[in-house]
Amino acid sequence: MARIIVITSGKGGVGKTTTSAAFAMGLAEHGHRTIVVDFDVGLRNLDLIMGCERRVVYDFVNVISGEANLSQALIKDKRNPNLFILPASQTRDKEALTLEGVGKVLTELAEDFEYVVCDSPAGIERGATLAMYYADDAIVVTNPEVSSVRDSDRMIGILSSKSRRAEQNLEGIREYLLVTRYSPERVEKGEMLALEDVREILSLDLIGVIPESQAVLNASNSGVPVILDRESSAGQAYSDMVSRYLGEDLPHRFLTIEKKGLLGRLFGG
Amino acid sequence: MALLDYFRLRKAKGSAAIAKERLQILVAHDRRAGGPTYLPQLKHDLLKVIQKYVAVDGDAVSVSVGKDGSQDILELNIILPD
Ligand SMILES: Nc1ncnc2c1ncn2[C@@H]1O[C@H](COP(=O)(O)OP(=O)(O)OP(=O)(O)O)[C@@H](O)[C@H]1O
Ligand SMILES: [Mg+2]
Repeated sequence: MARIIVITSGKGGVGKTTTSAAFAMGLAEHGHRTIVVDFDVGLRNLDLIMGCERRVVYDFVNVISGEANLSQALIKDKRNPNLFILPASQTRDKEALTLEGVGKVLTELAEDFEYVVCDSPAGIERGATLAMYYADDAIVVTNPEVSSVRDSDRMIGILSSKSRRAEQNLEGIREYLLVTRYSPERVEKGEMLALEDVREILSLDLIGVIPESQAVLNASNSGVPVILDRESSAGQAYSDMVSRYLGEDLPHRFLTIEKKGLLGRLFGG
Repeated sequence: MALLDYFRLRKAKGSAAIAKERLQILVAHDRRAGGPTYLPQLKHDLLKVIQKYVAVDGDAVSVSVGKDGSQDILELNIILPD
């Protein structure tokens, strides 16, 4: 039986899509048959981050409305044979996603895949609640910043009340905290909430800390999930996060300021 | 005095300390006020349905969640016009 994982946050622009792409690619690299689904109807960009935007023919909404079947809409990743993408619709209205429709598609995907990763849109409206409704696990993406932490806290409340598992009195959704865009330099200067502060407020299992990194922008520019940039701190942190999700016990890295070499000190900010 | 403290805090620890303090208050408030997060939407939806049949005001419906022993109780109050 597949596990359905929602990547959620409440607040927009905190790194859900970046995380969905990296996490799905990471699971695939561990040999698991994985599908990543874009729930951001109208604002789809998972396909851009995955670098498959020119191969989109049919989308999630086409499948729900019966205009295409699942196998026509799935895009096979060119880098990893275990990885598939189900893109969101660009133009249709948000009402196109229905609880039953989403349920049907996810059930079908669950027969064929080990992991179904759902990239949630921002907010607490329909798209976001649908993305989490069928989830077994949730990764709450949070930036160390007031409004993001607050929205994550609200999201955690919604996760425990508005889901299939809650409604059917099943074991609750497993929730994990992922802190992204973390900058030890700014924490040191007292400009950014420290990891401990965030954890004190959101007491979830910490599955990873992704540092602020130029590599993320580079990766999205070229349509390559940042986890494949193995030199980068963000890529390595995502890779650790995937291993932790799969049960490995790894210490968190990139939490303190990296000592710069002479050149770094001369030219770095 | 309080204002002075505010600036002292800011200077000593940077704005992150203030962020943390504000967050703790904010989150505590959200959690207390919250009840289930669907309450506002539920209230809104109920009102729309009721207004199909009876001309009630926007504040005619109140919804709250309470506890009776181990049971959660959803309490609805609808005030009909006389
Ligand atoms: N670790 C990071 N370091 C630097 N930049 C990052 C990092 N993570 C995300 N970003 C940048 O933040 C922006 C938002 O990222 P992303 O699109 O993944 O967020 P999102 O939560 O999916 O947004 P939305 O809510 O709009 O769907 C992007 O420009 C991305 O490059
Ligand atoms: Mg996104």
